[in-house]
Amino acid sequence: MVEIEHLSKLFGTFKAVDDVSFNLERGEVLGFLGPNGAGKSTTMRMITGFLAPDAGRVRVSGDDISVNPLKVKQRIGYLPEGAPLYGEMTPRAFLRFIAEIRGFRGRQRDQAVDAVVEKMNLKSALEKPIDTLSKGFKRRVGLAQAIIHDPEVLVLDEPTDGLDPNQKHEVRTLIKGMAKEKAIILSTHILEEVDAVCTRAVIISAGRLVTNSTPAELLARSRFHNALSVSIRSNTVDDMAEAFGALPGVASVEILQAADGCVRLQLFPAGDAALAASVSELARDRKWDLEELHVERGRLDDVFREITAGDSADS
Amino acid sequence: MSNVWTIFKRELSGYFSTPIAYVFLVIFVALSGVFTFYIGSYFERDQADLRSFFQFHPWLYLFLIPALAMRLWAEERRSGTLELLLTLPITMTQAVLGKFFAAWAFCAIALLLTFPLWLTTNYLGSPDNGVILASYVGSLLMAGAFLAIGACMSALTRNQVIAFVITAVVCLGFVLSGYPLVLEFVSAFAPEFVVEAVGSFSFLSHFTEVSKGVIDIRDLIFFVSLMAYWLFANAGVIELKKAE
Repeated sequence: MVEIEHLSKLFGTFKAVDDVSFNLERGEVLGFLGPNGAGKSTTMRMITGFLAPDAGRVRVSGDDISVNPLKVKQRIGYLPEGAPLYGEMTPRAFLRFIAEIRGFRGRQRDQAVDAVVEKMNLKSALEKPIDTLSKGFKRRVGLAQAIIHDPEVLVLDEPTDGLDPNQKHEVRTLIKGMAKEKAIILSTHILEEVDAVCTRAVIISAGRLVTNSTPAELLARSRFHNALSVSIRSNTVDDMAEAFGALPGVASVEILQAADGCVRLQLFPAGDAALAASVSELARDRKWDLEELHVERGRLDDVFREITAGDSADS
Repeated sequence: MSNVWTIFKRELSGYFSTPIAYVFLVIFVALSGVFTFYIGSYFERDQADLRSFFQFHPWLYLFLIPALAMRLWAEERRSGTLELLLTLPITMTQAVLGKFFAAWAFCAIALLLTFPLWLTTNYLGSPDNGVILASYVGSLLMAGAFLAIGACMSALTRNQVIAFVITAVVCLGFVLSGYPLVLEFVSAFAPEFVVEAVGSFSFLSHFTEVSKGVIDIRDLIFFVSLMAYWLFANAGVIELKKAE
């Protein structure tokens, strides 16, 4: 539904976006990741038609945005970074304005506003100037303007940035609720968000696309993927590290903590070896009081750092 | 066209949802009264016309219009709503025109609010109302030209103070370009036809012509083409500086 081909953007001599390509289909939620200044916002600004690319093209349902800007813009809902809004307006007046620009007139317009107010739960804030609203409400108004025309494609630039945990959860629930019938691109630097809402993760670093895979594949690249966390109730470490290290399939062992009557170890497997059974067996044989044993899925921040290390340009 | 109307409505109601509108209107009406009666010697002239009112308009506009125009684009840029506006399914021309017409309509409202002066003059004597109407039209056209310059300057920067100062200076140039001060400066290094061209750009001389009661097509074309030029430049500046 969204095709991005060889997109590039130069600011002076600085290559903000360098040959980025990816596709997106209905039902997908694409997490757009990267360090600050990697070119996330610039890419999104080109997808939504705010900036013209220096090379490459953006197509939505087959139409090129630089050839048919109005047609394509009508299919996209966009929440720019920081959710900018006309602060002196009330949410009602603002949403009416957006609805009119989106082509709704008269009763249709009021129905579109009412529907989105219902969906975003904005009723209590409808008549207060936007400037006086809380951050959570402002973000919901920003989301409301993006979805008022029920667009095929939704582009959200850091939709949960600056919100408290409850508000973050709320926004993620809203996004997940819309995921089935839309193609959604959202940028974020909160990695848990990728795991929570995205079906695919694209990482860009210094303007270049470095990874395009599912969150699960990303997790599999972590050195903690399938690693075993072991907690044993014991006052002494004894030869635990050596004993676990001698098990077949264990590549290395780290002692994370050995205090307060508890020893915590991290066991890294060699390849895809499954360790849980042999570890618990060994603990039973040696009469170690096993308190906790779990297999890690991997750590996204770890993978993220590894992939983007060395080129964390500041914007 | 309907998009221009939608943007126009939003902009114009935006003026009235902040104190800016009321401050501007009160100051405009109060100052035009002060200029007319004290500096323009309305009563002493003993003439049933509004010349003493209109002759100060270029000077009144010189600092009031930049104040009105400075937020036009600078504010959109500062708050980030420029990105919101330009990713809506509208053309750049629609955005530029919608915002400009709203500011211009606001000027028209300010001018309309000076109607007590007209009533007073009609009460005291029998003025040529045709001349007065022509003067109002001329004044509104001049306000539009000031505004178009201001809109373009406002697009250059996100700092409203800078937009204000640059607009005021450029407008001053257009007002004064018929004066010897400017013409002598230009004639020091430019050939005669350039000096004449500069002189013909004077707001003052075109406005004076119109306010004599004759709306000459040349004066009309002068102001309208000036507006068109600056608004065209306005759109270009935004296009160029969007990324910043």
